Amino acid sequence: MTQTIDTKTVKHVANLVRLGISEEEAQKFSGQFSSIIDYFNMLNEVDTENVIPASDVANAENVLREDVVKPSMSREEFLKNAPQSERGYVKVPTVLGDE
Amino acid sequence: MDLHTLTIQEASELLKSKKISSVELTQAILQRAHDVDPKVKSYVTITDDLALEQAKQADERIAKGENITPLTGIPFAMKDCISTRGVKTTCSSKILENYVPQYNATVTNKLADAGAVLVGKTNMDEFGMGSSCENSAFFNTHNPWNLDHVPGGSSGGSASAMSASLATFTIGEDTGGSVRMPAGFCNVTGIKPTYGRVSRYGLISLVSSFDCIGPMTRDAYDCATVLEAIAGHDEKDSTTYNSTVPSYTKNINKSVKGMKLGIPKEYFVSGMEAGVESSIQEAIRTYEKLGMEIHEVSLPTTQYGLPVYYLLLFAEASSNLARFDGTRFGLSKSENAKDVIDIYLQTRREGFGDEVKRRIMLGAYALSAGYYDDYYLKAQKVRTLLRRDFETAFSKVDILLAPTCPTTAFKLGEKTSDPLEMYLSDIYVVATNPAGVPAMALPCGFSKDMPVGMQLIGKHLDEQTIFQVGHAYQQVTDWHKQNPPL
Repeated sequence: MTQTIDTKTVKHVANLVRLGISEEEAQKFSGQFSSIIDYFNMLNEVDTENVIPASDVANAENVLREDVVKPSMSREEFLKNAPQSERGYVKVPTVLGDE
Repeated sequence: MDLHTLTIQEASELLKSKKISSVELTQAILQRAHDVDPKVKSYVTITDDLALEQAKQADERIAKGENITPLTGIPFAMKDCISTRGVKTTCSSKILENYVPQYNATVTNKLADAGAVLVGKTNMDEFGMGSSCENSAFFNTHNPWNLDHVPGGSSGGSASAMSASLATFTIGEDTGGSVRMPAGFCNVTGIKPTYGRVSRYGLISLVSSFDCIGPMTRDAYDCATVLEAIAGHDEKDSTTYNSTVPSYTKNINKSVKGMKLGIPKEYFVSGMEAGVESSIQEAIRTYEKLGMEIHEVSLPTTQYGLPVYYLLLFAEASSNLARFDGTRFGLSKSENAKDVIDIYLQTRREGFGDEVKRRIMLGAYALSAGYYDDYYLKAQKVRTLLRRDFETAFSKVDILLAPTCPTTAFKLGEKTSDPLEMYLSDIYVVATNPAGVPAMALPCGFSKDMPVGMQLIGKHLDEQTIFQVGHAYQQVTDWHKQNPPL
C-alpha cells in the first residue's frame, strides 16, 4: 500500500507545529513523508492484539514531595535570554485579537 | 610523553603523584584542540579561559589533598545539548546559536564537583536529529580516521574529539544510538546507560522517554569511572533511579569465565559489510577463548525497532520542540509580526533545519486525529514487544553482543539526499532505547582501514556486567589503543 501525503496535509501539519513553509517546501516534504510513512506501515504486520501499550521504561512511580518555597532563578536573570522584555515581563505582540 | 593521549586512569595517577599538573594537561589538550580541530571540526566552542581556571582550582585541590576524585583535573568536552551556565549551549541549531544558559545541567554540576575541567562543547546533529553530524546548522564534523567520511551521529563531535585526542574524555547523549553509533565509527568506547540512571535535568530534550547521557572514552575502565561520577538519583528528574550507584571499577577485573554471551540472530542479516561481520565473529571467538558460553538468541521484534523508534521520536520531539517559539529565549524573528503566531511561524521557519522540520511535522501527523491509533499507539504496543524480547533473552543469557552498524563510516554527503536511507543506518542501535536497557559500544577491528564497533547490551541497571565484559575484551585486544593518523 502506498500512502500519499499531499501538500495540503503537509501544510496542515506545518500549521499545527507553527512552522511557516513555502509551496516548494510543501512539495518536497510531501514526497519525503510519503516514502517514510510508507516504510513505517510495516508495523501493521505485527500482531498487537491484547498487547498493552508501553508508557514508560523505568517502571517509574509517582514522586511526591512537600510543596515548599525555595529560592529559584531571579526575574532579572531569567529575562537575560528574553528577546524582548518590559517592566519585568516577557514582551510579545498581541495574543488575543482586538477586534 | 604525549599528554593528550593519556587515559583518565593514567592521567589521574600522574596528577595525584604530582608528576604533572592539571594546568599542564589542560594546556596540552587545548594546544592539541587548536592544532587539530580545524581539520576535524569537533568543537562548536572551546572554553580556553574557563578550562585553565578550572585546572588551576583542580591543582589547588590536589595540592591540599582534599576531596580528590578520579576525575579531578581531567579535561573533558561535552555535547552541546547539555546546559553549561555561562557557556553557549546551541544544540547545533540556529534557534539556539546565541543561547547562554543561566543554569547547569545536573551532569555539569556533578563533573564540576568531581573537579573535571571543561575544555569545550561539541558539534552534533541539530537537536540530536541525525546519524552523521551533517545536520549541524553550523558545519560538518569529520571522521579522524578519514576526513572524507562522517563521524556518525548525533554525538559526532564528542566521538571525533575523543578519537582525535582533543579531550581526555567526552560526554555524549544517546536517544537512539547517538553515543554508540559514532563511537563505533570513530574507534571509541561509549555507553548508553540504563534509562533513568543519569539525570536528564538540564539536557535539552529530544525524546524524554529515550534520552540517556553517557560518557565516551578510550576504554571500558575510563567509561566506568565517568559513569560512576555522573550517575545517580536527582530530585530534579523524577525518572532517575533511587538505587545506589555501584562502584563499577571496583569489580571490573572479575573473570568472565562461565558467563553466558547471547548472539541475537536477527542482527546478522544480509547487507552487513563483510569486514564488519568478520570483526564481530572474531570478537565472539575471543570471548569463547576467555571462557564465555556462546548462545544464539532471538529478538524477534528487531526489524520493527526502527519504525517504533522513529514514530515515537517524531511524536515526542514535536511536543518537546514546541518550547522554541521565539518569545522567552533563543532566536526571535518578529519582522512586521501582527500577532504572536507570526513570531512562532517566522522564528521556527528560520531557526530549524530541514531534518528538524521533517520530524516535528511527522510527529504532529502521527499524533493527529485519525492517525493516532495507527501510528503512535501502534508503536507503543510494538515497543512493549521489543521490551519483552530483551526480557526473554536475558532469562537465558547474561549479556548480548551485536554490531553497532552494518557498515563502517560512510562518506560525507553519501546519504544526505534520502532521509529514509539515513534512518536505516541506525538499525542496530535504536531498539535498546525504547526498551531502556544499557549498551556499550567498543572498538573490535577495522574494515577497509575504517573502525568497526560492537555493542554489549545488558540487563536493566546492569552496567556492571557490561563494563566487566568490555574490560575483559580490552585486556586481550588492542583495537581500542589504535589512534587515527592525523
